[in-house]
Amino acid sequence: MQPTELSAVELVAAVANGDLTAVACTQAALDRIAALDAGTNAFLHVDRDGALAAAEAVDAKRAAGQPLGPLAGLPVGVKDALCTRDMPTTCASRMLEGYRPPYDADTVARLRAADAVIIGKTNMDEFAMGASNENSAFGPVRNPWDPTRATGGSSGGSAACVAASMVTASIGSDTGGSIRQPAGLCGVTGLKPTYGRVSRRGLVAFASSLDQIGPMGHSAADCGLVLETIAGHDPLDSTSLNEAVPAYTQLLEEPLAGVRIGRVPAHFGDGLDPEVAAAVEEGFRVLEAAGATIHDIDLPHAKYGVATYYLIAPCEASSNLARYDGVHYGHRTKEPCRSDAFDSPLVEMYCRSRAEGFGPEVKRRVMLGTYALSAGYYDAYYKRALQVRRLIRQDYQEAFSKVDLIGGPVSATPAFPLGEKTDDPLAMYLLDLYTVTTNLAGVCGISFPCGFTGSGLPVGYQLQGPALAEPLLLRAADRFQRLTEWHRRRPTTA
Amino acid sequence: MPDTTDTAAPYQTIIGLEVHVQLLTKTKLFCSCENRFGAAPNTLTCPVCLGLPGSLPVMNREAFRLAVRAATALNCTIAEFTKWDRKNYFYPDLPKGYQISQFDLPFSEHGQLEAIDPKGAFPPRMVRILRVHLEEDAGKSMHDEAAGTGDSRIDLNRTGTPLLEIVSQPDLRSAAEARCWLNELRLLLVYLGVSDCNMQEGSLRVDANVNLHIPCDGGRVAKTPIVEIKNMNSFRSVERALTYEVARQYEEWQATGKELGSAPKQTRGWDDAAGITRGQRHKEESSDYRYFPEPDLVPVTLTADQIDEVRRGMPESPRALRQRLEETWQISAYDADVLVGQGRALVNYFETLARLVEDGKVASNWMQQDVLRTLNERGIAIADFPVAAEGLATVIGRVKKGDFDTSRGREIFAEMINSGRSADDVISEMGIAAVGDDELMTLCRELVEGNPKIVADVQGGKEQAAAGLIGQAKKKNPNVNPGKVRALCLEIIRGMS
Ligand SMILES: [Zn+2]
Repeated sequence: MQPTELSAVELVAAVANGDLTAVACTQAALDRIAALDAGTNAFLHVDRDGALAAAEAVDAKRAAGQPLGPLAGLPVGVKDALCTRDMPTTCASRMLEGYRPPYDADTVARLRAADAVIIGKTNMDEFAMGASNENSAFGPVRNPWDPTRATGGSSGGSAACVAASMVTASIGSDTGGSIRQPAGLCGVTGLKPTYGRVSRRGLVAFASSLDQIGPMGHSAADCGLVLETIAGHDPLDSTSLNEAVPAYTQLLEEPLAGVRIGRVPAHFGDGLDPEVAAAVEEGFRVLEAAGATIHDIDLPHAKYGVATYYLIAPCEASSNLARYDGVHYGHRTKEPCRSDAFDSPLVEMYCRSRAEGFGPEVKRRVMLGTYALSAGYYDAYYKRALQVRRLIRQDYQEAFSKVDLIGGPVSATPAFPLGEKTDDPLAMYLLDLYTVTTNLAGVCGISFPCGFTGSGLPVGYQLQGPALAEPLLLRAADRFQRLTEWHRRRPTTA
Repeated sequence: MPDTTDTAAPYQTIIGLEVHVQLLTKTKLFCSCENRFGAAPNTLTCPVCLGLPGSLPVMNREAFRLAVRAATALNCTIAEFTKWDRKNYFYPDLPKGYQISQFDLPFSEHGQLEAIDPKGAFPPRMVRILRVHLEEDAGKSMHDEAAGTGDSRIDLNRTGTPLLEIVSQPDLRSAAEARCWLNELRLLLVYLGVSDCNMQEGSLRVDANVNLHIPCDGGRVAKTPIVEIKNMNSFRSVERALTYEVARQYEEWQATGKELGSAPKQTRGWDDAAGITRGQRHKEESSDYRYFPEPDLVPVTLTADQIDEVRRGMPESPRALRQRLEETWQISAYDADVLVGQGRALVNYFETLARLVEDGKVASNWMQQDVLRTLNERGIAIADFPVAAEGLATVIGRVKKGDFDTSRGREIFAEMINSGRSADDVISEMGIAAVGDDELMTLCRELVEGNPKIVADVQGGKEQAAAGLIGQAKKKNPNVNPGKVRALCLEIIRGMS
């Protein structure tokens, strides 16, 4: 039995009943990373010793007859935006190069408590700002389906490491599509839970009101399995929801008969790649075959989603990233700071440290946010954006009074060549078109493969559901995957 | 409102105060670190108050409760919905690069607190309170200028301490009023138990805004530019700084004629040693804090019932207490002010004493002359005072009964304080015993017989000559009551003629 070919559900069962050891699973993952990751660059840090030690502890537990955690032996990659006390946490930024947090993110702590084995930290767009994973200070991630192409972002490393079967599941974060879009472009399944479903404590903040941690894997069932562990109330995150966590994997059996799925005709406009459109339309047919009914609906303010998102997210980011000033931790300039060009040596130290530590996209967003929050502009930009956000939220409420879920594309095109959009920030921002409104509304969404292009690139299908509708979302995606084989395809890797 | 305190001055002084008060919570505002002064630098910190990546704030309910209590006592309207905002600025003692504060929806506003001078130097001044909000304190920067290296050290123990910001309207009309109002504010907050208001330790900090309204020809009023004064480390400094600044502004106006609007608001620092304010260099673009709602915290809601509950649980305010003491115990406003100014525990001591001796004035006199003097001399609080109110009441009762006079009573009380022994023990130890009527009569007869000169003087109309007899009586028996000796001797002498 080759552990890297198993689903998370299968692997955890195999470890639990003794067919596989956690060490064997971990070793298989480490071997595959050693063989493949030089070409993929999915990992920024591989914790070989720590992972093996954790796996040995799981095996020892089993040998001693002690009960195992629900994710015992599961090799997991964790996005480098989540704090890990025994590994660096860099957010793919020079600013935090070598930074080691003194605490584990809530999600990381829950994974460890569930006996999962954290293999390492995955590559990402710097501070999660990007949609191609080309904004990493430590190099882009290459798409396992075509190494000349991008994975999408910002959780590109977490998508690629699952797509290439280096690990069985991974953790990403999604602020405007950062789990769903790379999942779509890499042919894996990625879930953005309802805002507050998973604690943000220990997730290095990009845009606090939009950020949400979620699982990525080969199937909806695998995502459900991981979500059961990482979801739940955290009294130390004031925005965490105090709602019971359903046993997602136990709620997949009910058929889809009678489930109403919305289709937004505006999603199928000019910018949508025809092959993507065809695969997504076929996705609706699959759901219909499963018993769901399809209804055209309208999200009238969705067209303002990208504009709204690119005000709210940079505003929050400009403040969230103010702490990286070179004073207490992180990168500090080595320049002497005695220039007359600055108000004071302190200001010079701030400016140089930040100029050296942040990449261009981070700087762009910090400047956008700082500008939009400035006196005289606040009302025209930030306040207006909040008003539109409310309208978008109302759109969703309205829609979910008519349908149970909303289906559609994840991104307008399949994976694009590396470098194609790096000089055009606006084109890059438009990649978030189908995903940002989920975050603005605080609801949940999932992305999973619904076909492949003629040249063999995966196409993603997105389902969105109302707040806390993860059980239905996972059930629908699981039903889809029982009827299709797309999610079982694996890239041919060297 | 006319200037009521300095009618001689050719201008009206306009003062508004901004007071920051640290709340007496066990833990900080947004994390569970201890809220304590005086620990070794950077030992009371955690990822939240250090602003480490990924850390999140959680509001301390107790801090919010204390804040609402303070604002209620300041007669503020309490908001049923309030939220947190980020105030963004860069400084090394602000590790997140923003301070969590309250901007457009403070939890309370529109209050008032009166400044009343106990000596009546100025009529009572009602001062409106614009707003009271809650925020987190920053850390402390210590600039090592003496070493000449330009190094600065940062202590983040204070970071995240709950801080109440109280902003008054510019309703104060003199430096003395400002000091009096601050005294009243401090006393109120201490009575409420929300803060220890210790300026030396920085748990109370004051900034003052001041300018002058100068009546000119033709009924026009010239207004001088508003100056914000910082770095005042005692209420006395506040009064001195304001007095200085008022004179400085008037001189500057006479010299330059500069008025409000022609110059930006200036910040000046008070130099206590030199007794002057100095202009502080600061950047023109300083105050764009880019406030926006704090996305890491949820808004706070309070129901009308919860607000009522706070109101019902409110202790007696210093002002109400003063009034009650004056009325119940018939003591002067000044005495009530002195007693209340010493804190609730001392007032409790006083009231117990007054009840036991059934005389507020006498109790108040003993408090002011004997108890307070001892507290001051020893630098102790009433809680550590060695004699309970019951013990002092025993002494006062014996004085009232005529067993001994007040000065003898004082000696007894002093000995009780020193030895910690009971009134009865001290009295018997000092050989103080009540002198019987027969014994006293015999003594007085002897005195009258032995002092014909004094007797003649008294008979000649000089009754004050009897004082000589009292002196002799005390020598023969220190326990005699001088008043009784005098009365008895006079009676005997009158009987002789
Ligand atoms: Zn702390």
